[in-house]
Amino acid sequence: MSGLIGKKIGMTSIFDANGKNIPCTVVEVGPCIVTQVKTVEKDGYSAVQLGYEEKKEKQTNKALQGHFKKANTTPKRKLVEFKDLENVQLGDAVSIDIFAEGDVISVVGTSKGKGFQGVVKRHGFGGVGGQTHGQHNRGRAPGSIGACSTPSRVFKGMRMAGRMGGARVSVENLQVLKVLKEKNVLVLSGSVPGAKGSYVIIEK
Amino acid sequence: MDLLKQITLEMSETKKWADFSAGDTITVYYKITEGAKTRTQFFQGVVLQKRGHGITETFTIRKISGGVGVERIFPINSPTIEKIEVNKRGKVRRARLFYLRELTGKKSRIKEKRVAVVSQEA
Repeated sequence: MSGLIGKKIGMTSIFDANGKNIPCTVVEVGPCIVTQVKTVEKDGYSAVQLGYEEKKEKQTNKALQGHFKKANTTPKRKLVEFKDLENVQLGDAVSIDIFAEGDVISVVGTSKGKGFQGVVKRHGFGGVGGQTHGQHNRGRAPGSIGACSTPSRVFKGMRMAGRMGGARVSVENLQVLKVLKEKNVLVLSGSVPGAKGSYVIIEK
Repeated sequence: MDLLKQITLEMSETKKWADFSAGDTITVYYKITEGAKTRTQFFQGVVLQKRGHGITETFTIRKISGGVGVERIFPINSPTIEKIEVNKRGKVRRARLFYLRELTGKKSRIKEKRVAVVSQEA
Protein backbone atom coordinates (compact mmCIF):
# COMPACT_ATOMS: atom_id res chain seq x y z
CA MET A 1 0.00 0.00 0.00
CA SER A 2 1.44 3.30 -1.04
CA GLY A 3 -0.17 6.38 0.35
CA LEU A 4 0.12 9.57 2.34
CA ILE A 5 -0.87 11.02 5.68
CA GLY A 6 -3.47 13.78 5.76
CA LYS A 7 -5.89 15.71 7.87
CA LYS A 8 -9.67 15.89 7.56
CA ILE A 9 -10.81 19.45 6.88
CA GLY A 10 -14.57 18.98 6.57
CA MET A 11 -17.43 18.06 4.28
CA THR A 12 -19.16 19.88 1.47
CA SER A 13 -20.84 18.94 -1.79
CA ILE A 14 -20.26 19.47 -5.48
CA PHE A 15 -22.42 19.06 -8.58
CA ASP A 16 -21.30 16.66 -11.29
CA ALA A 17 -21.81 17.07 -15.04
CA ASN A 18 -25.38 15.70 -14.85
CA GLY A 19 -26.32 18.13 -12.11
CA LYS A 20 -26.21 15.46 -9.42
CA ASN A 21 -25.28 16.66 -5.95
CA ILE A 22 -22.35 14.60 -4.63
CA PRO A 23 -21.37 14.74 -0.95
CA CYS A 24 -17.60 15.01 -0.58
CA THR A 25 -14.89 15.33 2.04
CA VAL A 26 -12.02 17.79 1.82
CA VAL A 27 -8.72 16.34 3.06
CA GLU A 28 -5.42 18.17 3.38
CA VAL A 29 -2.72 15.71 2.29
CA GLY A 30 1.03 15.87 2.72
CA PRO A 31 3.64 16.78 1.79
CA CYS A 32 5.19 14.02 3.87
CA ILE A 33 8.88 13.48 4.59
CA VAL A 34 10.53 10.05 4.45
CA THR A 35 11.84 9.61 7.98
CA GLN A 36 13.02 6.00 7.69
CA VAL A 37 13.50 3.39 4.98
CA LYS A 38 13.17 -0.16 6.31
CA THR A 39 14.83 -2.98 4.42
CA VAL A 40 14.58 -6.77 4.55
CA GLU A 41 18.27 -7.08 5.44
CA LYS A 42 18.12 -4.72 8.37
CA ASP A 43 14.54 -4.81 9.68
CA GLY A 44 13.18 -8.09 8.33
CA TYR A 45 10.65 -6.40 6.05
CA SER A 46 10.63 -3.50 3.65
CA ALA A 47 8.63 -0.34 4.28
CA VAL A 48 8.88 3.41 4.18
CA GLN A 49 8.07 5.56 7.20
CA LEU A 50 6.52 8.94 6.44
CA GLY A 51 6.19 11.92 8.76
CA TYR A 52 3.49 14.59 8.55
CA GLU A 53 2.97 18.00 10.13
CA GLU A 54 5.52 20.05 12.05
CA LYS A 55 6.08 19.67 15.75
CA LYS A 56 8.12 21.83 18.12
CA GLU A 57 11.54 20.48 18.98
CA LYS A 58 10.79 21.28 22.62
CA GLN A 59 7.89 18.81 22.57
CA THR A 60 9.97 16.03 21.04
CA ASN A 61 11.91 13.65 23.23
CA LYS A 62 15.63 13.06 22.67
CA ALA A 63 15.17 9.64 21.09
CA LEU A 64 12.80 10.96 18.45
CA GLN A 65 14.93 14.05 17.90
CA GLY A 66 17.77 11.72 16.96
CA HIS A 67 15.45 9.78 14.67
CA PHE A 68 14.44 12.93 12.77
CA LYS A 69 18.04 14.16 12.68
CA LYS A 70 19.04 11.02 10.76
CA ALA A 71 16.55 11.93 8.05
CA ASN A 72 17.79 15.53 8.24
CA THR A 73 14.30 16.96 8.89
CA THR A 74 12.43 18.83 11.59
CA PRO A 75 10.34 16.83 14.10
CA LYS A 76 7.01 15.55 12.76
CA ARG A 77 3.79 14.92 14.65
CA LYS A 78 2.45 11.83 12.88
CA LEU A 79 4.53 8.87 11.65
CA VAL A 80 3.07 6.07 9.53
CA GLU A 81 4.66 3.18 7.64
CA PHE A 82 3.71 2.35 4.05
CA LYS A 83 4.68 -0.82 2.23
CA ASP A 84 4.90 -0.09 -1.48
CA LEU A 85 6.31 3.40 -1.79
CA GLU A 86 9.02 3.04 -4.38
CA ASN A 87 11.96 5.15 -5.51
CA VAL A 88 12.22 7.18 -2.34
CA GLN A 89 15.29 8.04 -0.26
CA LEU A 90 15.66 9.08 3.33
CA GLY A 91 14.66 12.75 3.71
CA ASP A 92 12.68 12.93 0.45
CA ALA A 93 9.38 14.76 0.33
CA VAL A 94 6.39 12.78 -1.01
CA SER A 95 3.67 15.07 -2.23
CA ILE A 96 0.08 14.86 -3.41
CA ASP A 97 1.31 14.16 -6.98
CA ILE A 98 0.89 10.41 -6.45
CA PHE A 99 -2.89 10.89 -6.62
CA ALA A 100 -4.81 11.74 -9.77
CA GLU A 101 -8.43 12.62 -10.40
CA GLY A 102 -10.58 9.50 -10.72
CA ASP A 103 -8.33 7.31 -8.56
CA VAL A 104 -10.06 4.83 -6.27
CA ILE A 105 -8.52 4.95 -2.82
CA SER A 106 -9.19 3.83 0.72
CA VAL A 107 -9.02 6.03 3.80
CA VAL A 108 -8.10 4.97 7.34
CA GLY A 109 -9.01 7.14 10.30
CA THR A 110 -10.03 7.07 13.95
CA SER A 111 -13.80 7.25 14.36
CA LYS A 112 -15.45 9.75 16.69
CA GLY A 113 -15.75 8.49 20.26
CA LYS A 114 -19.33 7.84 21.35
CA GLY A 115 -18.67 6.89 24.99
CA PHE A 116 -20.49 4.03 26.76
CA GLN A 117 -23.39 3.01 24.55
CA GLY A 118 -26.14 0.41 24.78
CA VAL A 119 -26.66 -2.49 22.40
CA VAL A 120 -29.25 -0.71 20.25
CA LYS A 121 -26.81 1.99 19.16
CA ARG A 122 -23.64 -0.07 19.41
CA HIS A 123 -24.69 -3.29 17.68
CA GLY A 124 -27.94 -2.34 16.01
CA PHE A 125 -30.19 -4.54 18.18
CA GLY A 126 -33.90 -4.03 17.74
CA GLY A 127 -34.68 -3.69 21.43
CA VAL A 128 -37.26 -5.75 23.29
CA GLY A 129 -40.94 -5.76 22.36
CA GLY A 130 -42.95 -2.66 21.59
CA GLN A 131 -43.25 0.75 23.14
CA THR A 132 -46.88 0.29 24.21
CA HIS A 133 -49.07 -2.54 25.63
CA GLY A 134 -47.85 -2.02 29.19
CA GLN A 135 -44.19 -2.11 28.24
CA HIS A 136 -42.32 -0.90 31.28
CA ASN A 137 -38.59 -0.21 31.00
CA ARG A 138 -37.05 -2.95 28.82
CA GLY A 139 -37.38 -1.16 25.47
CA ARG A 140 -33.68 -0.84 24.70
CA ALA A 141 -32.49 -3.86 26.73
CA PRO A 142 -30.38 -6.61 25.04
CA GLY A 143 -32.83 -9.44 25.91
CA SER A 144 -31.50 -12.91 26.64
CA ILE A 145 -27.71 -13.34 26.68
CA GLY A 146 -27.76 -17.15 26.71
CA ALA A 147 -29.32 -20.37 27.98
CA CYS A 148 -29.62 -21.62 31.61
CA SER A 149 -27.68 -24.42 33.32
CA THR A 150 -26.19 -25.61 30.03
CA PRO A 151 -23.78 -23.94 29.43
CA SER A 152 -24.25 -22.01 32.72
CA ARG A 153 -22.02 -19.25 31.44
CA VAL A 154 -22.14 -16.43 28.90
CA PHE A 155 -20.25 -17.18 25.70
CA LYS A 156 -17.19 -15.12 24.91
CA GLY A 157 -17.72 -12.35 22.38
CA MET A 158 -21.40 -11.88 23.31
CA ARG A 159 -22.37 -8.46 22.00
CA MET A 160 -23.14 -6.19 24.92
CA ALA A 161 -23.10 -2.51 25.89
CA GLY A 162 -19.75 -0.77 26.17
CA ARG A 163 -17.39 1.80 24.77
CA MET A 164 -18.18 2.74 21.20
CA GLY A 165 -16.19 4.65 18.60
CA GLY A 166 -12.65 5.96 18.85
CA ALA A 167 -11.42 2.93 16.90
CA ARG A 168 -9.47 2.55 13.69
CA VAL A 169 -11.89 2.45 10.76
CA SER A 170 -11.07 2.06 7.09
CA VAL A 171 -13.35 3.04 4.25
CA GLU A 172 -12.68 1.55 0.84
CA ASN A 173 -13.51 2.57 -2.72
CA LEU A 174 -13.63 6.32 -2.32
CA GLN A 175 -13.06 8.28 -5.48
CA VAL A 176 -10.73 11.23 -5.86
CA LEU A 177 -12.96 13.93 -7.33
CA LYS A 178 -10.44 16.76 -7.39
CA VAL A 179 -6.74 17.32 -6.72
CA LEU A 180 -5.80 20.87 -5.77
CA LYS A 181 -2.02 20.72 -5.97
CA GLU A 182 -1.08 24.23 -4.85
CA LYS A 183 -3.17 23.83 -1.68
CA ASN A 184 -2.21 20.17 -1.05
CA VAL A 185 -5.88 19.26 -0.91
CA LEU A 186 -7.83 16.22 -2.10
CA VAL A 187 -11.60 16.22 -2.56
CA LEU A 188 -12.97 12.70 -2.00
CA SER A 189 -16.43 11.37 -2.69
CA GLY A 190 -18.41 10.37 0.38
CA SER A 191 -17.49 10.53 4.05
CA VAL A 192 -14.30 9.75 5.94
CA PRO A 193 -14.06 8.47 9.54
CA GLY A 194 -13.09 10.86 12.31
CA ALA A 195 -13.61 14.40 13.47
CA LYS A 196 -12.53 17.51 11.61
CA GLY A 197 -8.81 18.05 12.10
CA SER A 198 -8.10 14.39 12.81
CA TYR A 199 -5.37 12.48 10.98
CA VAL A 200 -6.28 10.14 8.15
CA ILE A 201 -4.19 7.77 6.07
CA ILE A 202 -4.97 7.83 2.37
CA GLU A 203 -3.99 4.54 0.72
CA LYS A 204 -3.78 3.90 -2.96
CA MET B 1 -13.04 25.86 8.47
CA ASP B 2 -11.64 28.78 6.57
CA LEU B 3 -9.77 26.47 4.21
CA LEU B 4 -12.99 24.54 3.56
CA LYS B 5 -14.75 27.77 2.58
CA GLN B 6 -11.95 28.78 0.25
CA ILE B 7 -11.96 25.41 -1.45
CA THR B 8 -15.71 25.24 -1.95
CA LEU B 9 -15.68 28.71 -3.46
CA GLU B 10 -12.88 27.68 -5.76
CA MET B 11 -14.53 24.46 -6.89
CA SER B 12 -17.95 25.73 -7.86
CA GLU B 13 -19.58 29.06 -8.45
CA THR B 14 -22.49 30.23 -6.34
CA LYS B 15 -25.42 31.44 -8.39
CA LYS B 16 -27.03 34.83 -8.06
CA TRP B 17 -30.80 34.61 -8.07
CA ALA B 18 -33.34 37.26 -7.20
CA ASP B 19 -33.38 37.65 -3.45
CA PHE B 20 -36.24 35.77 -1.80
CA SER B 21 -37.02 34.55 1.69
CA ALA B 22 -39.53 32.44 3.63
CA GLY B 23 -43.13 33.40 2.85
CA ASP B 24 -42.48 34.51 -0.71
CA THR B 25 -44.24 32.83 -3.60
CA ILE B 26 -41.71 31.90 -6.26
CA THR B 27 -41.56 29.96 -9.51
CA VAL B 28 -38.54 27.75 -10.10
CA TYR B 29 -37.77 26.76 -13.70
CA TYR B 30 -35.60 23.64 -13.81
CA LYS B 31 -34.36 21.27 -16.46
CA ILE B 32 -35.37 17.63 -16.43
CA THR B 33 -33.74 14.98 -18.59
CA GLU B 34 -35.79 12.13 -20.02
CA GLY B 35 -33.50 9.80 -21.90
CA ALA B 36 -31.80 12.05 -24.43
CA LYS B 37 -34.34 14.88 -24.30
CA THR B 38 -34.13 17.81 -21.91
CA ARG B 39 -37.06 20.06 -21.16
CA THR B 40 -37.92 22.75 -18.66
CA GLN B 41 -40.48 22.32 -15.93
CA PHE B 42 -41.58 24.78 -13.31
CA PHE B 43 -42.63 24.52 -9.70
CA GLN B 44 -44.54 27.37 -8.12
CA GLY B 45 -45.18 27.65 -4.42
CA VAL B 46 -44.48 29.25 -1.07
CA VAL B 47 -40.94 29.20 0.31
CA LEU B 48 -41.04 27.43 3.68
CA GLN B 49 -37.40 27.89 4.56
CA LYS B 50 -33.90 28.63 3.33
CA ARG B 51 -31.14 26.73 5.06
CA GLY B 52 -27.38 26.24 4.89
CA HIS B 53 -24.88 28.62 3.35
CA GLY B 54 -22.43 28.72 0.50
CA ILE B 55 -22.55 25.92 -2.03
CA THR B 56 -24.74 23.65 0.14
CA GLU B 57 -27.56 26.18 0.64
CA THR B 58 -31.05 24.83 -0.09
CA PHE B 59 -34.62 26.08 -0.04
CA THR B 60 -37.94 24.28 0.45
CA ILE B 61 -41.04 25.28 -1.47
CA ARG B 62 -44.57 24.00 -1.00
CA LYS B 63 -47.62 24.03 -3.20
CA ILE B 64 -51.04 22.41 -3.11
CA SER B 65 -51.46 20.13 -6.11
CA GLY B 66 -54.84 18.51 -6.55
CA GLY B 67 -55.66 18.98 -2.88
CA VAL B 68 -52.42 17.36 -1.78
CA GLY B 69 -49.53 19.34 -0.37
CA VAL B 70 -46.31 18.85 -2.33
CA GLU B 71 -42.91 20.03 -1.11
CA ARG B 72 -39.64 20.17 -2.98
CA ILE B 73 -36.17 20.94 -1.74
CA PHE B 74 -33.83 22.57 -4.26
CA PRO B 75 -30.12 23.20 -3.77
CA ILE B 76 -29.82 26.90 -4.57
CA ASN B 77 -26.68 26.34 -6.65
CA SER B 78 -28.03 23.37 -8.58
CA PRO B 79 -27.02 23.55 -12.26
CA THR B 80 -30.45 22.22 -13.24
CA ILE B 81 -32.20 25.42 -12.10
CA GLU B 82 -32.64 27.77 -15.05
CA LYS B 83 -34.27 30.71 -13.36
CA ILE B 84 -36.21 31.73 -10.27
CA GLU B 85 -39.06 34.22 -10.46
CA VAL B 86 -40.39 35.96 -7.39
CA ASN B 87 -44.15 36.30 -7.82
CA LYS B 88 -45.22 37.65 -4.45
CA ARG B 89 -43.51 38.92 -1.31
CA GLY B 90 -45.13 37.45 1.78
CA LYS B 91 -45.43 39.17 5.14
CA VAL B 92 -44.45 36.55 7.73
CA ARG B 93 -43.07 36.71 11.27
CA ARG B 94 -40.72 33.75 11.23
CA ALA B 95 -38.01 32.22 9.04
CA ARG B 96 -39.38 28.64 9.05
CA LEU B 97 -43.01 28.30 8.06
CA PHE B 98 -43.65 24.65 8.95
CA TYR B 99 -46.97 25.64 10.54
CA LEU B 100 -48.32 25.96 7.00
CA ARG B 101 -48.33 22.16 6.71
CA GLU B 102 -51.20 21.93 9.18
CA LEU B 103 -53.24 24.68 7.56
CA THR B 104 -55.42 24.52 4.47
CA GLY B 105 -57.70 26.83 2.56
CA LYS B 106 -58.23 30.37 3.85
CA LYS B 107 -56.11 29.75 6.97
CA SER B 108 -53.03 29.01 4.89
CA ARG B 109 -53.00 32.35 3.14
CA ILE B 110 -50.04 34.66 3.62
CA LYS B 111 -50.50 38.44 3.61
CA GLU B 112 -48.68 40.18 0.81
CA LYS B 113 -45.96 42.67 1.53
CA ARG B 114 -46.66 45.80 -0.45
CA VAL B 115 -43.41 46.21 -2.33
CA ALA B 116 -42.57 46.40 -5.99
CA VAL B 117 -42.25 42.85 -7.31
CA VAL B 118 -38.75 42.29 -8.61
CA SER B 119 -38.39 39.74 -11.33
CA GLN B 120 -34.86 38.99 -12.39
CA GLU B 121 -33.79 36.93 -15.36
CA ALA B 122 -31.10 34.36 -14.74
